[in-house]
Amino acid sequence: MKTALYNLAHARAGDKGNLCNIGVIARRPEYYPALVQEITAERVKAYFGPWCKGRVERFLLPNLEALNFVLHEALDGGGLASLRLDTQGKAYGFALLRMEIEVSDELVFEKRV
Amino acid sequence: MSRDVFRIAGACGFWGDRNDALADQVRGGPIDAVLLDYLAEVTLSILRVQKLRDPARGYATDFLKALAPVIKEIDERGIQVTTNAGGVNPEGCAQAVLELARAGGLSKLRVGVVTGDDLSGRLKDLRRAGVSLAQLDTGAPFDTIAERVISANAYLGAEPIADALRAGARIVVTGRCTDSALALGPLLAHFGWSKTDWDHRAAGVVAGHLLECGGQASGGNFAAGWESVPNLARLGYPIAEIARDGSCILTKHPTLGGLVTPAVLKEQLIYEIGDPERYVTPDAVADFTSLALEDLGRDRVRVSGARGDPPPDHLKVSIAYQDGWMNQVALTFVWPEAEKRARATADLLLTRAAQRGLRLDAHHVDLIGLSGAHGPMVPPLASDPNEVLLRVAVRSADRDAAEAFGEEIAPLVLCGVPGACSGLLSARPKAHAVVNFWPALVPRNTVEAKLEVLSP
Repeated sequence: MKTALYNLAHARAGDKGNLCNIGVIARRPEYYPALVQEITAERVKAYFGPWCKGRVERFLLPNLEALNFVLHEALDGGGLASLRLDTQGKAYGFALLRMEIEVSDELVFEKRV
Repeated sequence: MSRDVFRIAGACGFWGDRNDALADQVRGGPIDAVLLDYLAEVTLSILRVQKLRDPARGYATDFLKALAPVIKEIDERGIQVTTNAGGVNPEGCAQAVLELARAGGLSKLRVGVVTGDDLSGRLKDLRRAGVSLAQLDTGAPFDTIAERVISANAYLGAEPIADALRAGARIVVTGRCTDSALALGPLLAHFGWSKTDWDHRAAGVVAGHLLECGGQASGGNFAAGWESVPNLARLGYPIAEIARDGSCILTKHPTLGGLVTPAVLKEQLIYEIGDPERYVTPDAVADFTSLALEDLGRDRVRVSGARGDPPPDHLKVSIAYQDGWMNQVALTFVWPEAEKRARATADLLLTRAAQRGLRLDAHHVDLIGLSGAHGPMVPPLASDPNEVLLRVAVRSADRDAAEAFGEEIAPLVLCGVPGACSGLLSARPKAHAVVNFWPALVPRNTVEAKLEVLSP
């Protein structure tokens, strides 16, 4: 079945110059493998479309059941130069959590959205 | 023999954070040290501009506001304070602290001043010596911004802070240093970890990373369950109880609000990092994938297992430079068909700008309420919205053009499309200067930290 990532994960995003990083954390350890399988760097790059002009890197932190995405050239020039409303990408975590992913029908989770 | 647990409190995450957090951390229970981080990436450029106008300024004056009510208790209890509030004028900041001490009759409160991070006068020499200063992320050549530089500061490490504390300073004021150095400095001074003890140094870096953003490590901005965080209005900022072996327990004062759980700490651990196996600082490279979190209950989480590697032989430099001008205008449109009228108004604004020959280098249209924050990721609304806030932002190398664009919003109340409310932004918003950020590297041996310890 398909579900919004928000039901399985929480996230925090921050900026470094024109880079934005989004940490995605499994709400429960058993959700982590699905996150690793579904949220690839390529998918995140495609999802952000024209808002991320550079590459997307993905790093895994299995000890925290977390993934870290680094989005290059993703802030319209960076925190103080950006014309966007979300100048520093602080809300990019929630933007990513809206993405739908495919999970096993057996996976038990609370449907929050 | 020093004690086996050292308690460091975080009390500020950026310039603009709560000024009463320091008093809460000092009065809420036992602590050995407290750190206050005031410097975001571009804060130094703002301070540089202030100092150019008035040589006595250039530091984060909020630090004095936070310190004044508790400086006496800090002195009496022997609490160490580390802060980068010095900005581009650490000496000036230290003098202001000493004045506070004298006014309070605290004749023994010594203040350490760390300088040497300011490279703004040395960039030409560094270029001549073969340092490229190329943009760290894009590789762009430095010469494209060389004439527009406002400030340039190297990120110093923890050693000078530790040296200042060993020399008897109680409060240490720095300019640009890594946020984590504000925690690692007191730890090096207390535990005496050696210069090549990479695992322990990495553990101190991890503690610093958890403390450097204030309330974000104790329930603030908590995405996994903000509704469950008690009393955000009186959030207890985080405290790290660090053991000699480098492991630490993250907690907060029990009498204050907030929440410390593994989920809270995970959100802070992954905040503003790149490769988690290589969190680079001048003191050690920390591996965040080696960490283990253990929930001890009652707002106590044990963080252990930090592994470290030697730091690289270069330091990061943050350079701020002028990058043109920006302006933004806004109007709110009400039902019905608010989106249609907001879009028509954006077109009107840009048509007017073109008619007047305003040279705009970029523009951006937001329909707040529909897709303002995250345009392409957001599906359309199913129903006609009650209102839409139109925001149009522009950038120009020409200040007059950016300023003139701001004149075009107010007339639309009489000359534009109907159903708009104008009470949000100024009727004639002013252009403001864009200061951009240019990260680069310099060889470690080109930067020398300087230290002074002053008495009241």
